[in-house]
Amino acid sequence: MIQLAAFYLFATVVIASAAMVIFARNPVHSVMWLILAFFNAAGLMLLAGAEFIAMLLVIVYVGAVAVLFLFVVMMLDIDFAELRAGFVRYLPLGALVAIILAAEIIFAVGAWSAGGVDLAARAAPVVSDKSNIQQIGELLYTRYIFLFEAAGIVLLVAMIGAIVLTHRSRGGVRTQNISAQNQRRPEDATRLVDPGVGQGVQL
Amino acid sequence: MTADLALIWPELILTIGGLVTLMLGTFLGDRQVGLYQLAALLTLGAAAVAVVALFGVNASVFSGTLAVDNFGGFAKLIIYGASAVSILVAPRFFTSGMRAEYPVLILFAALGMGIMAASRDLMTLYVGLELNSLAAYVLASFMRTDERSSEAGLKYFVLGALASGMLLYGISLLYGFSGTTNFSGIATAMGGQLNAGLIFGIVFVLAGLAFKISAVPFHMWTPDVYEGAPTPVTAFFASAPKVAALALMTRVVIDAMGPAAGAWQQIVIFLALASIILGAVGAIGQKNIKRLLAYSSINNVGFMLIGLAAGTPAGVQAVLTYLLVYVVTTVGAFLVVLQLRDADGNQIESIPALAGLSERRPGLAAAMAVFMYSLAGIPPLFGFWPKYLAFEAAVNAGLVPLAVAGIVASVIGAYYYIMIIKTMYFDDKSDVEITDGGNVVEGTIMTASALWLSVIGYLFIPMLGVASAAAAAVLF
Repeated sequence: MIQLAAFYLFATVVIASAAMVIFARNPVHSVMWLILAFFNAAGLMLLAGAEFIAMLLVIVYVGAVAVLFLFVVMMLDIDFAELRAGFVRYLPLGALVAIILAAEIIFAVGAWSAGGVDLAARAAPVVSDKSNIQQIGELLYTRYIFLFEAAGIVLLVAMIGAIVLTHRSRGGVRTQNISAQNQRRPEDATRLVDPGVGQGVQL
Repeated sequence: MTADLALIWPELILTIGGLVTLMLGTFLGDRQVGLYQLAALLTLGAAAVAVVALFGVNASVFSGTLAVDNFGGFAKLIIYGASAVSILVAPRFFTSGMRAEYPVLILFAALGMGIMAASRDLMTLYVGLELNSLAAYVLASFMRTDERSSEAGLKYFVLGALASGMLLYGISLLYGFSGTTNFSGIATAMGGQLNAGLIFGIVFVLAGLAFKISAVPFHMWTPDVYEGAPTPVTAFFASAPKVAALALMTRVVIDAMGPAAGAWQQIVIFLALASIILGAVGAIGQKNIKRLLAYSSINNVGFMLIGLAAGTPAGVQAVLTYLLVYVVTTVGAFLVVLQLRDADGNQIESIPALAGLSERRPGLAAAMAVFMYSLAGIPPLFGFWPKYLAFEAAVNAGLVPLAVAGIVASVIGAYYYIMIIKTMYFDDKSDVEITDGGNVVEGTIMTASALWLSVIGYLFIPMLGVASAAAAAVLF
């Protein structure tokens, strides 16, 4: 009973906040609604017994993608009202895409209810008495440890590549020199003067 | 698991060496180029020693994802050698722009290529391929202020991503229809009834790999990327990644798709013939020496695929021998290109400017002649031997028409190789003075490879035969 209630709660909020992503006038509000939608989708995943995907949704989508998107929205001066101006003009195209997506969803559900793909020889046996986080972790850190580490090197190379292609040292940048700051004494920087009346200060 | 670690010393050494070089570069800045070069060369040397020490081991490590065997070892030695050369010749080329990242990226690319050559699982294949490709995209546009270099990098990246997509599509089909990503598991699935899904998987995986070895019809990127990339990087592209991708392709078709020989053989035969013919015809009109060498690499990959099409131990042996000889020849030819500079030190890449090279730089012209004759496969030179092995393997496997077509097409190829020699020796002197004296490193490597290809190579035939036979045997 409680699951059913939770399901309807999450599902309603997902749909409502997804609608608000489109309808909100302010792009920052759109991103906020998007984050809410992600959280509730994570709740739905939890109910379906896929804790790992639920966590991925929160950590990867909310934690990284949405915040990054928020940065982009805030840093770039995009006039979203202007972007939305051609709504009616693009309506037929959008409707076509929507119809294709709907047909695909119906097709996928039909295929799924007809029975899953029979994986007689699974790469990894499924043990049902463990949570799927534990199962994925065990596979990732034992059987596929080499690939996992190699994938880490791939990311490192991507990072080096990004720096090689974009980093340039700019001249005339005043960076902080902490040791110079600490070595600076009051007598180097200040002086006490005792100006005579009516003479002013010589700087 | 811990025992497995002792069998992947080459990979561990390359990773640690790459990270150490990266840290040195971070803390010491871009002035200590010689130090990074030394660190990278030592790393490659140590990894090569580890490969030699592991020769004879035949094991599957990390739950069957990675193979430690002679086949991988043979390929890795060629890869590490070619990588070392491209690190050695770089500082003179990048007079102002050589940075610490260059040796680091080459080291990680070599790591990725080693993983490719040793993969026994579709996931390992993909991770190794991406590690190599990502480093290669950056290397292609390493001179980022140079327009052509940036263009080469972008082109390589976009088309490479497309090829990765095709490869992944094929991998997902193979996994979906065989239920496993392991090569031996896929071979078991292919032993039964071949269904449409498996055949589509074979086609897409081979298409993705054909892109990496630049076989026709997936070759379009090669001339542009080779022309635009900095010359030491082009020498690298033309040698090491070809070895890794061909070794990988050999392992995939023999190890994973062995029982479905009828399905992949047609594809490989088509790739072979198309590459040989288009590589030869496309090269004829070229005016840029780097573009010409790009077409030459397409052409030579076709001959290697003839050996592979045979699908026999002798065929695999021919592929491995061909790879070694091809890498030595191509690296040598690019070393000649690197030394073509005018008095101001500008690189010269146009073929008409080579006219009269035999009088201005007789040594350089003679070396180039050796490399060109060897690439054409003209008998007294060593380039003939692997071509002979490939044709022999094809004939013994019953592919006589393929061998005949290959031999006929190799005559077309000989035309443009000999054109270069004619330009160097018989044409009137061009206005471009090629006066630069070269340097010791380039001269030594070039001379050594020219000598090896001319006479000394034949002394190595028994040794090469034993090594390549030991390497080919593990796949069957």
